[in-house]
This record gives sequence, C-alpha cells and structure tokens, in this order.
Amino acid sequence: MSNWEVVIGLEIHAQLATRSKIFSGSPTAYGAAPNTQADLVDLAYPGVLPVFNGEALRMAVKFGLAIDAQIAPRSIFARKNYFYPDLPKGYQISQYEQPVVGKGAITILLDDGTVKRVGVTRAHLEEDAGKSLHEGLANASGIDLNRAGTPLLEIVSEPDMRSAKEAVAYMKKIHTLVRYLEICDGNMQEGSFRCDANVSVRQHGSAKFGTRAEIKNLNSFRFVEKAIQYEVARQIEIIESGGKVVQETRLYDSDKNETRSMRSKEEANDYRYFPDPDLLPLEIEAGFIDSVRETLPELPDQKAARFASDFGLSTYDAGVLSASRELGGYFEAVVAALGQPHAKLAANWVMGELSGMLNRDNLEITKSRIPAEALAGLLKRIVDATISGKIAKEVFESMWSDGKGADAIIEERGLKQITDSGAIERVIDEVMAANPKQLADYRSGKDKLIQFFVGQVQKATGGKANPAQLNELLKTKLGGG
Amino acid sequence: MLHDLSIGALADRLAARELSSVELTRHFLARIERLNPGLNAVITVTAQQALADAARADARLAAGERGSLLGIPLIHKDIFCTDGVRTSCGSRMLDNFVAPYDATVVAKLKAAGVVMLGKANMDEFAMGSSNETSFYGPVRNPWDTTKVPGGSSGGSAAASAARLAPFTTGTDTGGSIRQPAALTGITGVKPTYGRVSRYGMIAFASSLDQAGVLAQSAADAAAVLKVMAGFDPKDSTSVDAPVPDYPALLEAPLVGLKIGLLREFFDGLEPRNAKLIRDALAVFTSLGAETVEVSLPHLPMSVPTYYVVAPAECSSNLSRFDGVRYGYRCESPKDLTDLYERSRGEGFGAEVKRRIMTGTYVLSAGYFDAYYLKAQRVRRLITDEFRAAFEKVDLVAGPTTPTPAFPIGAKIDDPVTMYLNDIYTIGANLAGLPGVSAPCGFVDGLPVGLQLIGPHFAEARLLSAAHQFQLATDWHTRRPRGYE
Repeated sequence: MSNWEVVIGLEIHAQLATRSKIFSGSPTAYGAAPNTQADLVDLAYPGVLPVFNGEALRMAVKFGLAIDAQIAPRSIFARKNYFYPDLPKGYQISQYEQPVVGKGAITILLDDGTVKRVGVTRAHLEEDAGKSLHEGLANASGIDLNRAGTPLLEIVSEPDMRSAKEAVAYMKKIHTLVRYLEICDGNMQEGSFRCDANVSVRQHGSAKFGTRAEIKNLNSFRFVEKAIQYEVARQIEIIESGGKVVQETRLYDSDKNETRSMRSKEEANDYRYFPDPDLLPLEIEAGFIDSVRETLPELPDQKAARFASDFGLSTYDAGVLSASRELGGYFEAVVAALGQPHAKLAANWVMGELSGMLNRDNLEITKSRIPAEALAGLLKRIVDATISGKIAKEVFESMWSDGKGADAIIEERGLKQITDSGAIERVIDEVMAANPKQLADYRSGKDKLIQFFVGQVQKATGGKANPAQLNELLKTKLGGG
Repeated sequence: MLHDLSIGALADRLAARELSSVELTRHFLARIERLNPGLNAVITVTAQQALADAARADARLAAGERGSLLGIPLIHKDIFCTDGVRTSCGSRMLDNFVAPYDATVVAKLKAAGVVMLGKANMDEFAMGSSNETSFYGPVRNPWDTTKVPGGSSGGSAAASAARLAPFTTGTDTGGSIRQPAALTGITGVKPTYGRVSRYGMIAFASSLDQAGVLAQSAADAAAVLKVMAGFDPKDSTSVDAPVPDYPALLEAPLVGLKIGLLREFFDGLEPRNAKLIRDALAVFTSLGAETVEVSLPHLPMSVPTYYVVAPAECSSNLSRFDGVRYGYRCESPKDLTDLYERSRGEGFGAEVKRRIMTGTYVLSAGYFDAYYLKAQRVRRLITDEFRAAFEKVDLVAGPTTPTPAFPIGAKIDDPVTMYLNDIYTIGANLAGLPGVSAPCGFVDGLPVGLQLIGPHFAEARLLSAAHQFQLATDWHTRRPRGYE
C-alpha cells in the first residue's frame, strides 16, 4: 500500500436554503406529500419559463467570499441535456463554462496537527432533480418532483486530498462553512448535503494522475470514508494484479460496503451543454459583492484562531469548539459568565461532559438541557471550591435530568465540599485508627496506599472533602506529622 | 360589412353601442363556419366561450368602460397556451393537451376584453414555412386555395386574410409572421425580441421566438401591439422598457426618414417582385423619405446560421415532450426507453424530427464548435452589421419573400428549398430586430409583401412608416375573391 498515492477530488452538492426554488415560486420545504410542491415550471409544462431566484445568487456569492474565491462578474446558465423521468424538462439548468464562483481554497486540520490547504476549483449554481420512488409500486416507478428545482451549489475541489480521512476532513469543513454562512441546513439524511468522490491511485512520485472512478451520491461522512477506502483498495488490487482501472461512474452500496459499476466512460451521456436561451447571463456588480461581504459572519477559521489566542486553547480544542456557530456561541456564553481565565475549564466541560450527554440523547447544542449560563453556574462552584470536579459531574447529571440549577442541587443534597481542615483531620484520624495495617505499610514505603486513604476519607465524607486539601493533610498525617 | 371595418371603426361602433360584441362575435363565428372548411385555418372553434366572453365585454361596455380592443374578436395561433382550451401546437404530440393556464399574451388580451373565437392552424411546433407540417393538415391560401399561405403562422395569416377575425396572433422565429402575412396580403408585425412576453408560448427556438400580430393594416396592428407588449416578470428575456402608444405615433411624417435598401435582399429576387418593391420605395420617397443602399455582407449566411441555432435550441426545448406528464403517450410501452422512443417517434412529425436530429447533432461533442459556436459567431456578425447599418439609416427595406405563394406540395419534400423561403426574414430574428411585412402589390394575382426592419424597439417607427404607406396605397384593402 505504501507504494501507492491516493488522489481524491470531491464534488459536493449543497442545497441552498432558499425558501422557494431556483427557477420557480414553489416552496423548497422537505417532506411534503409527493408532487405537492411542484408547479407548472417544475413540471415543465409547455410554454413555461424559468425565472432565477436572486437569493440563490446571494448565497453562492457568500460562499465564494468565504473561500476567498473570485466571483465571476458574468456567469452563464447552461442546459445539460439528458432524458430521465425525474428531470421533467429533459435538461438540467446548470452552469458549465462560466460558473459564478471561481478558484478558492479552504484549510483542513490533519491528524498530525498540520494544516493543509485544499483548493476549490469552482462552485456553480444548478437545479436539483426530482426523485424516483420504487417502494410500494408494483411494476411501476413513481416520480416525486418536490425536489426538482431546489437550488444546489456544486462545489468542486481540486484533486488535492490524499486519503479518505482528508476527504472527510474537507467535506466536514465545507459542511461547517455552509452552515456558518446559513446557506445550507447541512442535513445529510435529507440529502441537503451530499457528494461525489473522484478517486484514483498512482505510484508515489508519479506526476501523472491514475485513471479515476467517480463514486456517486455519498450522503454521510462515514460512507465517504468507507467508499473511498474500498475503492482505493479495489484499484490497487487491479493494478497490482496487472489490470487497468477503467474510467467509470460507480455506486457505493453501504449494506455490502462495496462500490459497483454504474456506467463506463463509453456509456456516458453526451450532455450537449449550451447556454440556456431562456435566462440572461448573471451580471454581478461590485456593489452587490460588497453588500454580501457585509453579511459574512465570523468564519470557522477566524473563530478558531480567536479561541486559541484569546482563551489559550489548543489548536485542536479551538477547532472542535468552532465546528459550528452554535457550539462556538454556547462555549463563548459559558466563558462570558464564568470569566475568561477559566476558559480552559469551560472548554473541557463543553467538549467532555456536555458533548457526551448531547451525543447520548442525540441532541443538537441548541437543544441542550443545560443552558450555557447554567453550566457556567456549575463551573463557578468548581472554581470557588464549593464542590470538587467529581461531585460536579454528579451535579451535572442531575441538572441534565431534572433541569435544576447547580446551587439548588448542591444545597438540597448537601454536596458542599468540606474545606474546614479541622473537620477533614478528624475524619483522617478516624480512618488511620481503623486501618493500622495499611498505615504501617504506607509508612514502610508503599506510597501508593495514599489513594486508599483518599478513598476511605471520601467514602466517609460522601466525597465532599476538598481533594487538594485532603491530599495535603493526608501526606502530613500519614507521614506521622 | 362588419369584417371590412378596421379595429378602430369596430371599437367606435361598440363604444357607441351601435353594435354589440355578441353580434360581432356571431358574425365572425358564422364566417368561420362557412369559410373555414375551404381553408383549414382554424382548428379549434370556441364558440360558446366566445359568446360568453362577448357578453361579458358587452356588460363592460354597458357599464361605460372603453378600450381599444374591448369586445373585439380574435383567433390565437395554437402555440399560445389557453386555459381550458386545447393547445396543440399543430402536433399530434399535443392533440390531447388542454392547457391549464393562459399565456401572458392571451391573459393580456383577455384582460383588455378581446374575445377569442378559436385557435389557428400552424406548422407543427412552428417548424415550417408553408403550414404543411401541421398534424391537422395544410392550410389553404384564400387568394388561391391550391397555394400555401406560408408558415408557420399560416392559419393565423389565412384567417386574417379571409376576414375570419379582425386580427390574429402569431409567432415569428425565422419569419413565421412576416412570410405568411406577405403570402396572404395582410400586415404582419414581428416585434423586437423581448418586447412581448414568451411566457405560455410553446417554445421552438427560445432566443429567436417572438409573438406578434397579423392584421388588416398597420393601424390595426398598432392597436393590438400596444396591448400585447410589455415586460413580464415570468419571462426573463422580456425587456423592462415602457410601451409606446403605437396608435398615437402612427401619424409621424416620413419627411427626412432614411430608408436603407439592403443590397443582399435584391440578389436573386424575381424581377416582377423586385419591381413591386422598388415601386413601393418610390411611394416612400414621394412622401419625403430618402433611400440609400446599404450592405450587410454576412446576411446571406443567415439561413445556414439559423438552421444551426434554431434546431439546437428546439432539440432541447422539445425534450419535455416525453409521454410522461402530458401529451401523446404510445400504447403499452415495454419500458422507459420504449416509452420515450415510441411516444416521441409517433407523436412528432417528420420536420420536427429532422430539426431535433439536426439540433442534437450540432450540439454534440466534437461538432459543437464547428456548428453551434460558429453559428453564434456569424449571428453576432450579422447583428453587428445591422447595428452599423442603423447608424446610417432609420430602417431598412426589402422584400419579405423571394416569391409569392407556391403550390401546396411543391417544396415539402425538399427542405433546403423550403428553408430558403425565409432568406429575407431570418436576419431580423438572428439580430432580435422588429420587422413588418405590408402588402405592396400582386404577381399573377398573388400578394407580395414589402418588409421593413428597424433597430431594436423601433416598432413605432416601423408601424408609422407602414401606416403612411397604407394611407398612400390600397394594396392592404384588397380582398381575396370569395372572402369579400
């Protein structure tokens, strides 16, 4: 495997979050009864004409600016001609030679901590097709055109990725970005965000790309990783056993975890692209670009850099906490209530306990049962030594399940930490008296037994003895002082 | 007789309540019933709806409302979608298609109180120059029923010429209003591309198609165009520019008007036709206009250019007719491919298939540059040459067609000869320019048309020039025998 270099490029399709379709007035909402969101334009009735939804352009330009790309002052809609039942006009309106967004780039963080730049070749506007439905229909296929005409931004990367993991990191980064920009809901189950992967392998050091296969319609990060891994292994095996990789389109079967040939290059359609005469070229003025630029939020990389420099977080932590606008916002609200010096504590809790609970209950951060201010209230009690970190986890669980504030729970259950040294010493004395053998062993050099005594004291106090104080006092007392 | 009156005279009589729209509608419905069987110009008659609409117009008139077209009947080319009425586009493919909405042109005229009598025959999907490609059979020219009326708006032209309606609508992609208007002795107006909405007009070649009017005179056409024209948010290629009051501008004098004679338009023109055109131009000079010769060297390339661009666009535009959602569907298809192939194979006629194949070919990988892109470049050249000419002259003039109407069946098996009929009209479509054809005489008893082409949005200038010509001549008042 080490002889081989993997080359991957992705074509990501992001459904733009416009209220109506790209060329008709029909709503884009997901999940309506079949064909209830398709008007005469979507159904391609004779005589109807497309009218471009300017909101889609605003969103595409926003994306272009976020990846520092050239925005084409003039771009053109073209027709991609082919027959398929889910494509009522017999052509898809897309952009071909002159896309709205030109070359740009994003960065991804690799496992080894290095930052890699991945080029974006272009991003263009197009319309989605409808869906063919086969379930529950005997000897027939149903067509649902609700999705037909939903605006898509197709984001085409350079062949810059060198592993399935890099491809996933890139896709996740774009996913983060489009959600930051509020131009796509990023819902992968509903198909709002999906990709085609172009995969090839070549000998390390070779300047020429190998023959590629395109894996269509991957709609989860896991499938992207698995499909690419499978495809890479398949191609290497072909070449190593003396064969040749064929240029073709393949489908990933997630049940069997394999890719299968869909059609070869020879069978590929000749799409006969030509400029759509029903639509004028998109002319974009500098003033429009400036007005869109003003609506750009703080971008993920900018937020991560700020978290790292202002709060002293590691690159990794800053990256995790800036992965969504909502998570970043939550974290910042905790820090604001808790105080900047304790940002690291806030980061640990948000990434640890809180994320764990959200995952367990399959909740988004916006649906967290513990609001940011409440979490800060809990962490304040750690900071002021009212409770230990361990007790805090108990309190956190109660807060999560019954929605009460940290102070109320601490009060109710008497979880307030014992910080009175006299009281702690009295318990230590009792424990020492009750465990003479362990005391003797400790004194004869078995230092590790200090944990035994910590455990015994906390057992007796219900875990409330201040851990730092307890350690200090134990060392003195056990040592015979 | 009522059918001899101009739209203005009819409107006056309706306004004076000397005549009701119902009476007027009955009069034309009776003419259709009596005369259409010999012409096959009208393929759907909507008598009941027409009488109801006429009654509504009468009510509006009775309530004191006035309008230049209120209560006036018309016939729409069957390319315009009409809500609840079959819209066949002259094709078997849409023989069973009842449009669920009105085209913008139809809606605008309806709102103005126009009464639709029916739908006019046409070449299938507007592809033809003789109205012989229609699924509903050829239309006959009222001047000689053994001759074609031209096409593709052949039904509209024959209906107007035979006074089956005060006016008719048409569409012009390569001459489809002007050429049949010339061959049937009426006035046809093809507006600037973008002047009239294409929404609801079944597309043939989107970058060339333009709706217009076929009428008894330039004055009548001006009244209709004023209502039809205007920006439509549903058509991105329609232009958001104010619509001039065309009827009010008809009286503009011709003194000082510079008319360019297109040298290329007289090459190969039959001498008797050429003489009629020169005579017509002499009328213009007698009215104070000047004529100068201008040349558009690439204009002779317009036919081959058109027959790349138009088929390319039609091959894509007609993909939606797949037998799935509406229109013709073949009997018991075996599978999806069979459904597509047989529905389209059986639903489309020969000329439509020829153009779809031509268009598919010129857009194909490996041929695109040599055909489609080259044609676009020539189109640009022709447009630029027109623009340059209009820096020197106010409008250009020449014949509308190379010959008068030809016999039915004479050219139908020879597509290239047929295509050459549009040699003088296609240039205006390629450049998006407005054009008018007005009757200017007869050769062997068949009408000949004078064509005027103007710069973009110069409809008012064209209409006033044609109107001044019609004030000085009476060619446009001649009636075909049997249709007086």
